[in-house]
Amino acid sequence: MVIEHVNGKKMGKVILYALSTCGWCAKTKDLLRQLGVDFDYIYVDLLEDGEQDEVMNEIEKWNPKGSFPTLVIRDKISIAGFRETEIREALEK
Amino acid sequence: MNPAVVDEKVVDRVYITLKKEAESGGYFLNPDVDFTKNLVRGLLKNEQRYGYRACPCRLASGKNEEDLDIVCPCNYRDPDLNDFGACYCALYVNEAVAGGKEHAAPVPERRPPRSERGKKKAVKTVSAGPFPSLPFPVWRCTVCGYLCAREQPPEICPVCKVRKERFERFI
Repeated sequence: MVIEHVNGKKMGKVILYALSTCGWCAKTKDLLRQLGVDFDYIYVDLLEDGEQDEVMNEIEKWNPKGSFPTLVIRDKISIAGFRETEIREALEK
Repeated sequence: MNPAVVDEKVVDRVYITLKKEAESGGYFLNPDVDFTKNLVRGLLKNEQRYGYRACPCRLASGKNEEDLDIVCPCNYRDPDLNDFGACYCALYVNEAVAGGKEHAAPVPERRPPRSERGKKKAVKTVSAGPFPSLPFPVWRCTVCGYLCAREQPPEICPVCKVRKERFERFI
């Protein structure tokens, strides 16, 4: 499975589930880069079918709607959508 | 699956067409041109890899019949424009956002989750009321609500430009 890594300040496990075509996913990724956070991201649309199902099951555990982007912070907090204030606050906790 | 490559000239051309079509039907594209062209690029990538313009912010199945509701413009656009001023991916916005008076905010997903898709909803029947026998069936566009009374729905909705398969029998 292709998981991309962006180096930055370690703030615990931060993983972004995204689509390569989605404007809000791109904005979320840009925000994380701008904040200098160490994070992983997965473009779910570019995965093979089997992997895609597996990842969708994981996303739905956090966000039952299975929508994008879904950001999971330290296996504790999930944020659906580009919600800048919530993302900044969750990372500071 | 490899990311598809999209010709920038095509992006510009499609952007202009979508803008014209939107405005002729009383809709507006997002005034942030870079953001909007990026969504157009996503639509064209989806057209290349799936064969239809699935919403760039939703995961398409690759099966047109399962994704008809998220082929752009999606079935959720108009209710989201009413409630949030933008559609889910924010390609389309309302007049206030288009004019720069308001900003598009994140729109919660209205599409049912995977586990609930494809289940037949209880169809609300419309009483024929004072018209017990109509000379023609009435067809409704599931995207914009346009109604027309004729043997078959039009090939293309005159208001929102979606194709015939997005119409349902209304009366």
